[in-house]
Amino acid sequence: MAAVTALRKAPQAAQSVAVEISGVSHAFDLGGSRLPVLDSIDLSVAAGEFVALLGPSGCGKSTLLRLVSGLEQPSSGKITADGSPIDRPDPSRILVFQDPTLFPWATVWSNVATGLDARGVLAQQRAGVDAALDLVGLRAFSGAYPHQLSGGMAQRAALARALVNDPALLLLDEPLGKLDSLTRLSLQAELVALWRKAGFTAILVTHDVEEALLLSSRVIVLTERPARIKAEFRVERPYPRHRDDADLVILRRQILATLGLAT
Amino acid sequence: MSNAIETLDGGAANSPASLSGLQQAIWTNGLLAAAAWAAAALVTVGLPDVVPWGSAGLFAAITAGGAAVFAALAFIVRRLGRTGDAIVHYGPWFIAIGVWFALWELTTAKLGWLPKPFFSPPNGLLNVYVAEAPRLLVCIAYTLRLWSLGFVSGVVVGYAAGVALGWSKRFSYWGMPILKLIGPVPATAWIPCTFFFFPTTFAASVFIVALASGIPVTILTSSGVAAVNRAYYDVGRNLGAPNWYLISKIAVPASLPHVFVGLFMGLYYSFAVLVVAEMLGAKFGLGWYIQFQTAYSGYANVYATLVIMSLICAGIVKLLFVARDQLLNYQKGFI
Ligand SMILES: Nc1ncnc2c1ncn2[C@@H]1O[C@H](COP(=O)(O)OP(=O)(O)O)[C@@H](O)[C@H]1O
Ligand SMILES: [Mg+2]
Repeated sequence: MAAVTALRKAPQAAQSVAVEISGVSHAFDLGGSRLPVLDSIDLSVAAGEFVALLGPSGCGKSTLLRLVSGLEQPSSGKITADGSPIDRPDPSRILVFQDPTLFPWATVWSNVATGLDARGVLAQQRAGVDAALDLVGLRAFSGAYPHQLSGGMAQRAALARALVNDPALLLLDEPLGKLDSLTRLSLQAELVALWRKAGFTAILVTHDVEEALLLSSRVIVLTERPARIKAEFRVERPYPRHRDDADLVILRRQILATLGLAT
Repeated sequence: MSNAIETLDGGAANSPASLSGLQQAIWTNGLLAAAAWAAAALVTVGLPDVVPWGSAGLFAAITAGGAAVFAALAFIVRRLGRTGDAIVHYGPWFIAIGVWFALWELTTAKLGWLPKPFFSPPNGLLNVYVAEAPRLLVCIAYTLRLWSLGFVSGVVVGYAAGVALGWSKRFSYWGMPILKLIGPVPATAWIPCTFFFFPTTFAASVFIVALASGIPVTILTSSGVAAVNRAYYDVGRNLGAPNWYLISKIAVPASLPHVFVGLFMGLYYSFAVLVVAEMLGAKFGLGWYIQFQTAYSGYANVYATLVIMSLICAGIVKLLFVARDQLLNYQKGFI
């Protein structure tokens, strides 16, 4: 796809990055008491891998992604990207939130351009913004405001806002969680296609076992809060995958059983 | 069922339909407005004055002119498109204004129920504009100068302070308690010490207006900046935005709706203190003029000036509304 090549032309360095999470624990201050959220998480994600995190609501999945993005520092333990510690947010690692969090006062184009604008490189890379919009099929809505978009379009715009920076690591926090099932299906397929073409490393938080199986090469199941790693499943099926794939059906039953939802 | 009956009826009775069509083409309220304005003109020239006020002929000419315009509009307004629709919308107001002019003229100049000098007929106010135009124009200029210097400086300083208070913990640590102490004090209460601190009374007046408009802007801006969704900052930081970018491209636009609330409040406060500020030994200005004329029982002049002030204030408020609608255009979907 032409759009993908245009994105690739961006001068940023690494295509993908290996993430090493070692002994990470995290707790929040709740007015005096401490709320432990993550409990000694160890996880290696290889460069270019697509890992899915599954776990009960409120167990600490979003927190883990925020730590990996560098927006927050863990209470203890270490997180590295290609060996160097992650101690601040960086546009090579981009977190896509569950809410699109587009700026309501800016057009879709300006929203997608935010990262380039903030780093002062927008003038040289305006074509990149158009390419990213093409990629998510929103070129025609460049001049629209976020409130004029449907939920799925807004989520696509948020994805374009991340991709335009050519991230080496894409952190997806239930990005499709609020969408209707048809939009979900098409965006899942688009995500896989994007990842396979662009080659970044991806960590996806989801509460949907099927989604995890369709997208990822490894599914990590977390426990209740404070989250520990409970189980790990390799998904060694070729892409694009089909939800009725016999192996995936078996895996799904195993994962649901691990989550305590045996059928 | 009833629909079918109506259609049948409409087909049968042809002439009543064309009659109502004619009524549709004529704007009845326009004719009524013309009658009311003509009545005002007739009352003004046709009845003897209890007390003469001047400019009666001019006032009668203006109201008669108005009557002629409404009479003409009654026949053509339907063909004027959107402007015509707007005129039709205000039809009842035009009638009411004509009636009001006629009654006002009757009760003051003609019957003397509302006596001189406390009341004045409409031509009395008109006479003030005719006789005092040069002086009033100078006063308007002085008032606008005082107001714009005070309001603009108050808003600029107040906005900057508000952004700093909302953004920086250290600013807020020192600034918030001070703002909470100063904020509720009416700006005019500072008049005694402003005379001590400012070299001229004009500077002191500007300061009072600035204070009145700046404080609400500061309060609303700081709370607006502090209330910006944290997730927007996370997005910005994640995309590599430095602090100045987070402030200017995220905090500032995100807090704009709050800022406008502060601006409207500041606007009203600034008008309220304007008259008081102009009483501080000023030599010109609408507030000064009102005070001066009150002292000499020139109530017609006072009323005439009040009309000017309310028109100016309403005009400025309207301008701010237009600016807000332009800048917050993106919100259309939410409101
Ligand atoms: N900034 C915060 N301060 C205090 N508690 C928080 C904060 N962020 C998250 N938590 C708490 O941490 C726990 C895990 O949250 P989160 O990581 O969002 O869970 P989820 O797995 O649903 O994404 C929740 O109980 C939440 O209330
Ligand atoms: Mg979450």
